[in-house]
Amino acid sequence: MSYTAATVQLLSPEGTIVESDASAEYLPLIEALSDEQLREFHRQMVVIRKFDNEATNLQRQGQLGLWVPSLGQEAAQVGSAYASKPQDHIFPAYREHAIARIRGVDPLNIIKLLRGTTHGGWNPAEHNNFHLYTLVIGSHTLHATGVAMAMTLDGTTGTGHPETDGAVLTYFGDGATSQGDVSEAFVFAASYQAPVLFFLQNNHWAISVPVATQSRTPLYLRSEGFGIPGIQIDGNDVLASYAVTFANLETIRAGGGPRLIEALTYRMGAHTSSDDPTKYRLDSDVEYWRQRDPISRFETYLRSRGEGDAFFADLEVEAADFAEDIRKRTLTLETPPTGKIFDHVYSEPHPVIDSQKQWLADYEASFGGDA
Amino acid sequence: MSTESTGTETMPMAKALNAGLRKAMQDDAKVLLMGEDIGPLGGVFRVTEGLQAEFGAQRVMDTPLAESGIIGTAIGLAMGGYRPVCEIQFDGFIFPGFDQITTQLAKLTNRHEGQLQLPVVIRVPYGGHIGAVEHHQESPEAYFAHTPGLRLVSPSTPHDAYWMIQEAIASNDPVMFFEPKSRYWPKGEVDFTSSGAPLHSTRVIREGSEITLLGHGAMVSVLLQAAEIAAEEGTSIEVIDIRSLSPIDYAPIIASVQKTGRLVVASEAPGFVSVSSEIAATVTERAFYSLEAPVLRVTGFDAPFPPAKLETVYLPDADRVLEAVDRALAY
Repeated sequence: MSYTAATVQLLSPEGTIVESDASAEYLPLIEALSDEQLREFHRQMVVIRKFDNEATNLQRQGQLGLWVPSLGQEAAQVGSAYASKPQDHIFPAYREHAIARIRGVDPLNIIKLLRGTTHGGWNPAEHNNFHLYTLVIGSHTLHATGVAMAMTLDGTTGTGHPETDGAVLTYFGDGATSQGDVSEAFVFAASYQAPVLFFLQNNHWAISVPVATQSRTPLYLRSEGFGIPGIQIDGNDVLASYAVTFANLETIRAGGGPRLIEALTYRMGAHTSSDDPTKYRLDSDVEYWRQRDPISRFETYLRSRGEGDAFFADLEVEAADFAEDIRKRTLTLETPPTGKIFDHVYSEPHPVIDSQKQWLADYEASFGGDA
Repeated sequence: MSTESTGTETMPMAKALNAGLRKAMQDDAKVLLMGEDIGPLGGVFRVTEGLQAEFGAQRVMDTPLAESGIIGTAIGLAMGGYRPVCEIQFDGFIFPGFDQITTQLAKLTNRHEGQLQLPVVIRVPYGGHIGAVEHHQESPEAYFAHTPGLRLVSPSTPHDAYWMIQEAIASNDPVMFFEPKSRYWPKGEVDFTSSGAPLHSTRVIREGSEITLLGHGAMVSVLLQAAEIAAEEGTSIEVIDIRSLSPIDYAPIIASVQKTGRLVVASEAPGFVSVSSEIAATVTERAFYSLEAPVLRVTGFDAPFPPAKLETVYLPDADRVLEAVDRALAY
């Protein structure tokens, strides 16, 4: 599944602005962006790619139990994340590292999850409502819908004040569209006209299963049957990702009901570090998408606008420093105290938890020394 | 129901639950009800009758027919500061929501390292004795008791139903609220002035000296019936209503066994890997030297709940309980 006539693209793979009927609606949103905002898009994409590469290395070196690469999906994530507002809630799947960083989560917290020192890593309430990663595919789309329903009940959306009206943005993949929970999320969102944007990153693979096994029709059409308008964009075009997400979020904020964006992108790396894509896909497919890389086309675009070598050179240094800092801090992450097993299983006291925690402490103490 | 919630009144459990839900909704504007057919119809058991008319469709939501969707959006609503009370229509229909309950609802507080509370109540009408078709008479509580992060309770009387539903809603942890549907209609006295016991507490409801019978939900009335019959034959039986299945308040159970030396645990649920098994094992560990006989279990058979014409054979009755009593007393 590649680009079609319906795919909204603002920046071509060659790095030039696309003037078309489909793009005309969105180009003014791009023209309104400052040079600094455009540089920021690029900066985030480059830094997170370097981070992702570093994390992949850390996993190979035995420092992480697993890594989930975001390689190739930077534009879909960075553009849409910058289209959100502070009052919005974001429910990621588990590959949305760029969005996490943009919403204020230190990516080291993602590392913690995959190093095995936490199941969470951050408090969404203190990180611009960027919620925790959810590993059960598609489950979080219902939580996102519920939070959106709560906004409606609270009257914090659809009031005609776009600066304060809220929306919920949830990310999931092509594989997730086959999960019942995603269909149920569509049903509930449509029934209650919940202010939620379903952002589908179609990276073409659910581990080893191609998108054609999930759906024989383009996925942006899937939600139409539920009464949720869908639109397909070039997910490797950070400008389309930003502008189309921005426009849809504004519609949702204004009380327009749920929407779906299908961002066509490609998982350039493995599903996770445990995967072996050479067993199920062709190098030529990967090469096809390498030609449509989100970062190189945006660099071409920025250079065409007059951005000089210095910016790109400085950014390389910044990204390398960031990755190095992550590496250093990863190596200092320690195994949590054993009592953590029992912490926060419940939010109120629970006799079984309390007695087992005490038992473990006594057991460890029985060996003497510092347990 | 027009009754003021003061003093005492005799009413069926379904009405007591309705009154308890109403009280909870009056006390806290964040309490929401959601489920299938709970609005104008008042639920298939009429537990929510009149509540949508009183509180509006935003607080008493007729949901789409999707259990995972109900639980999953309830989680989101709780994240948004609400206290959703979900009605699952029948015990056997909870399984489409099983994933959201066990992988999300039960674990999210832990995943958030205590920075998120999920005050979600899931009401589950459960158990047999109503002559219904497949999936409508089951007792699935063990699946949930096995899951850390959930609390499970089950009232056996209208009084407990009135209070326990309010206490469950007030809990900041997820609570599975199992309602014994065969007990929806028999009337009992509700004291609106005091619950008489904390949510997670076991209650001795009949004093006796020779053997202890223990159960929850609809089984409690069977145990009382068995105790009555045994008393006529000169055997003194103590009856315990555990009320809370997770956590279980063991102190009154151990105290009772230390007194009587014998315990029979009864449930409608199949016995294999059950709450009954758990209690039998724990009592054996904690009261071994007090026991004069092995802890015996009287449970539903380890077979699918049968067609309704066979339910009275499948479900433990007073005779089957007394058969176990006789075996225990024979040691």
